[in-house]
Amino acid sequence: MSKTIIKLENVYYSYEKKLVLENINLTIKEGMFVGLVGPNGGGKTTLIKIILGLLKPQRGNVYLLDKPIDSFKDWNRIGYVSQKANTFNKGFPATVFEVVSMGLTAKVGYFRFFNKRHKERVLEAIRQVDLESYAYENIGNLSGGQQQRVFIARALVSDPQLLILDEPTVGIDYQNVKRFYDLLYKLNKEKNITMLLVTHDTGAVTKYATEIACINQKLHFHGEACVYQSLSQEKLSKIYGHPVQIVVHDHD
Amino acid sequence: MLADLLQFEFLRHTFFTGLLVGIIAPLLGAFLVVRRLSLLADALSHVTLAGIAFGLFMEKRFSYPVITPFYSGMLFSVIGALLIEKLRSIYKAYQEIGIPIILSSGVGLSVILISLANGFNTDLFNYLFGSVSAVSRSDFYSIIAITVIVLTLIVLFYKELLTLSFDEEHAIVTGIHAKRIHFIFIFLTALVIAASIRIVGVLLVSALMTLPVASAMRLASSFKQLIAYSVLFAETSVITGLISGYYLDIPPGGTIVMVAVFILLITIGYKRLLARRIKGVEQS
Ligand SMILES: Nc1ncnc2c1ncn2[C@@H]1O[C@H](COP(=O)(O)OP(=O)(O)OP(=O)(O)O)[C@@H](O)[C@H]1O
Ligand SMILES: [Mg+2]
Repeated sequence: MSKTIIKLENVYYSYEKKLVLENINLTIKEGMFVGLVGPNGGGKTTLIKIILGLLKPQRGNVYLLDKPIDSFKDWNRIGYVSQKANTFNKGFPATVFEVVSMGLTAKVGYFRFFNKRHKERVLEAIRQVDLESYAYENIGNLSGGQQQRVFIARALVSDPQLLILDEPTVGIDYQNVKRFYDLLYKLNKEKNITMLLVTHDTGAVTKYATEIACINQKLHFHGEACVYQSLSQEKLSKIYGHPVQIVVHDHD
Repeated sequence: MLADLLQFEFLRHTFFTGLLVGIIAPLLGAFLVVRRLSLLADALSHVTLAGIAFGLFMEKRFSYPVITPFYSGMLFSVIGALLIEKLRSIYKAYQEIGIPIILSSGVGLSVILISLANGFNTDLFNYLFGSVSAVSRSDFYSIIAITVIVLTLIVLFYKELLTLSFDEEHAIVTGIHAKRIHFIFIFLTALVIAASIRIVGVLLVSALMTLPVASAMRLASSFKQLIAYSVLFAETSVITGLISGYYLDIPPGGTIVMVAVFILLITIGYKRLLARRIKGVEQS
């Protein structure tokens, strides 16, 4: 039996008075590729922030790698690419190398310095996302798709077991989105990195993900991707509150 | 000045203090600018002014020195830093609101304390605009100590500070203690401001922290380069400004900052020229 990576039990969350998440139960096991979908304002980002310990649920329990989140210390086992990653300060004077090495800061630890081994690890992560020729470029000079890959490298550099990505492909053209998904797929298959991917691109995600979780305040669906794809129009519109269509990209 | 430098101890102190301040002010400034906290330096320098006024007032009130303006300035600066942090956590959604609150409180308190200390005098003038003869031997030693503390802590926490400056949320997620690191940072900023005031004065200290960084920003592609260029430009401004200030009998704050402005204009012009040339090459 494979390890449990994330476990949520009866999780409730509200901002001030507004209930956003209601009784969420979700288990994610090692090696899964989970697509988290749902309408705007459905609570996807909120759920991710709870998993990352940035928000504390009012009720319910969160376990990471079998540990209650309050006593969880291995934060470098988790890589995170936020929804805001493509709105970073584009004028920040840092090279790709510098940005990717930030993913190792906490792992290296206080009062310690980057050594040769760490630097090699950073270059390796940059190579994994095919950016080696840009390693010493200013990150502001890269294209949106390349910048996104820099943030993947920053998340990968600490050798995470779990990668959490919140709408990483917003504003990236179709070619690069496909490359991007291929990269995630490869990391999931070859390195056995568990993936939790938030996206509105239901068509693509049903192709790559092994499982889909759909939330709109409640967890309305959790199961295999092919089952989600075969859900009736009627059922989906009920979850989303308006008619939806899954567009499957087959043109490749 | 060089001959006088060897002859007069006070000039030597001023000169070396200038060199030290030329390192630590832009070093902290680089982090301030990329975090969009440039105004923090202004707020803290005005609180420092209140502290200096307090020290001057104490000198007036008591014949023996209870606390010299330099130390009371430093004390107020650090307290101001703590208050800004406190306000940041009270107004979570408006994190920069602490800056105008602290700045105006600093000015208000300064006005009261200055008039209690019998108004404007040369001393105060020196604190406002800097002076080539203001650095005493004990001030000089304190500034050496401040420089050592600042450099040590920045080297020790460089990677955390950079990570936090680039993306605070990501830094927290990976397990960096953002609050503690930020606290160290703002504490160091307060120390640097107190140290720099002897040379450039209250009103221009934030200029010395941010103008060289603004120039360096035009040229640097990495953060390490940003720091290197910033220090280079700040040292150029300080040395040129101190020497010309001494000969022209002008407070060095003014000359140093004008040199920094001049450097900024050059870097802007240089970038423009470069862009035009690249365009020209592409067109031909
Ligand atoms: N900081 C906040 N304070 C108050 N309410 C918030 C806050 N953040 C989000 N919300 C509310 O919580 C609900 C869920 O937001 P969340 O960002 O989790 O949705 P989402 O599923 O990620 O949406 P999207 O697809 O647009 O990214 C929304 O109705 C939003 O208005
Ligand atoms: Mg979201």
